[in-house]
Amino acid sequence: MSTQNDNPPNPLPAKVGDYGLAADAASEASPAQITPTVAMIRTLGLVSLICGLIIVGSFEITLPAAQANRRLAAERAVFKVIPAAKSIAEYVALPGGGIEPRVGAGDTAIVPGAVKFFAAYDAAGQLAGIAAEGAAKGYADTVRVMFGYSPACQCVVGIGVVSMRETPGIGDKIITDKDFLANFKALDTKVSKELAALANEIKVVKHGTKTQPWQIDAIAGATITSRAVGKGINEAAQMLLPRLVPNLDKIRSKP
Amino acid sequence: MNSFPGTGYEGKNWTEFMEGIWERNPVFVMVLGMCPTLAVTVSAINSISMGLATTFVMAASCWLVSLLRHQIPKEVRIATYIVIIATFVTVVDYAIQAISLDMYEALGAYIQLIVANCLVLGRAEAHAARNAPLPAALNGLGMGLGFTLGLVMIGGVREILGAGTLLGFSLFGANFQPWVVMVLPPGGFFVMGGWLLVFALVRARRERAAVAAQET
Repeated sequence: MSTQNDNPPNPLPAKVGDYGLAADAASEASPAQITPTVAMIRTLGLVSLICGLIIVGSFEITLPAAQANRRLAAERAVFKVIPAAKSIAEYVALPGGGIEPRVGAGDTAIVPGAVKFFAAYDAAGQLAGIAAEGAAKGYADTVRVMFGYSPACQCVVGIGVVSMRETPGIGDKIITDKDFLANFKALDTKVSKELAALANEIKVVKHGTKTQPWQIDAIAGATITSRAVGKGINEAAQMLLPRLVPNLDKIRSKP
Repeated sequence: MNSFPGTGYEGKNWTEFMEGIWERNPVFVMVLGMCPTLAVTVSAINSISMGLATTFVMAASCWLVSLLRHQIPKEVRIATYIVIIATFVTVVDYAIQAISLDMYEALGAYIQLIVANCLVLGRAEAHAARNAPLPAALNGLGMGLGFTLGLVMIGGVREILGAGTLLGFSLFGANFQPWVVMVLPPGGFFVMGGWLLVFALVRARRERAAVAAQET
C-alpha cells in the first residue's frame, strides 16, 4: 500500500485512497501493539452473540407474516388454475401409494418422496379439481408451474407460473401466449392400466407439430422454456397421478 | 437547513449525510457495488426496494461497527464487519419475505448478496471504524440513499424504455413497442454508461468553470 504513495507523479486523484479498503492500514500497524488471543476470541464471541440474538429475534417476529404470505401465494395460484374453486385443502401423496391430509407447515413436514397437492372444492363442497406444482430447469433458472387437474376428464385443465426468471419478452410468453396456453385446456394425462405411470408421457413438440392430446405445442423462439413447462408437469404428474387416481373417492367432498 | 440542531454536530453531520448522495455518490462517482446496480434495475420499484434494503443494512451496520470500534482488534476486524453486515442482511431478508413474496422473488439472490457488496464493507472499514456512532450511521444512511438514487435513475430509464411503464403505470399507450434489450443485461450497461457520461460532462464543465474563475 505504501509503495503507491511513494510514486511522486501519481496520476490518480488525491481522494482515491479514501474510496477503497484499508488505504492506510499500513500506517496503523505498529509492532508494539499485538492483540492478545483472548481479546480476539472475546470480541468475536461477543459480536456473534449479539448478531445471533438479532437474527433469531427478527426470524421469530417475521415468521407468521412470511408463512401467511406463502400460503396466500399458493392459494392464489390454485384459484387461478381451477376457477371453480372456492376453498382448498392440502394433501400429500405418499411414496407407497395412498394419500393423507397435510399436517404442519414448511417443507420439512413432508415425508421424503411424498408429493404435495391441493384439492380444490366448489361452493357446494364438491371436488372441483386437483392442483399440484411441477418444476424444471428453464433457460435462466428453474421454472415452477402450478397445474390444475380435472378428475372428470383425466386431463390438465390450466396452468399458472409460480416463479420463473425467463427472458422478458421471450421466455415469459408462457404466461401470455394464447396458442401455448390452449395446450392446457385439455392436456391428456390418463393413468396407465397398471397404475404405474401415465399412459402417455407428456411431450413438448416443435411449434405447429402437435398431433396427440398429450403433446404440447412449443412457442416458436421459446422452446427451452416451453420444454421446461412440459417437463415439470410430466415429472410431477408421473409421480402424483398414479397414487392419486385410486384414492380419488376419499377426497370427493370437502373434509 | 445546514444543520441538525441540538445534536452538537451541527453542519458536520449534514456533510456526513450529504457526502454519499452527491459528492461521492456510490453509483456514479465511486462506481461501487455494480453487481446489484446492473442486475436488479430492470424496473423502478425493484431499484427502490433494493436501494432501501441496502440503505438499512449500511446505516445499521455502520452504526454497530462504530459502536464496537474500540472493542474490535484490527486483526479480526474484517471478520467482525462481515458478521455484522451479514446479520443485518438476514434481517432485511426476513423482513422482505414478511412484506411481499413477489418482491422477494423479484430481488432473488441479490438480497443475500448485499453481504458481498463492496460498498457496505468499504464504508465500515473506511468510515464507521474511525467515527462516532451518529456520524457513522448518518454517513451510511446518506451513502445508502445515494445508492438508491443511482439505482432508481438507472431502473427508471430501463423501465421506461424497456417496458413503456414507470412504477407499473403505462406511459405511452398500447402502441408502444418495448425496447426489450433495455430490460436485458446489456441494457443495464447501456444506461449505466449513459449516466456516467452525463456525470462526467457535468464534472468537466464545472472544473473548466472553476479554472476560468481562478484565471480572471
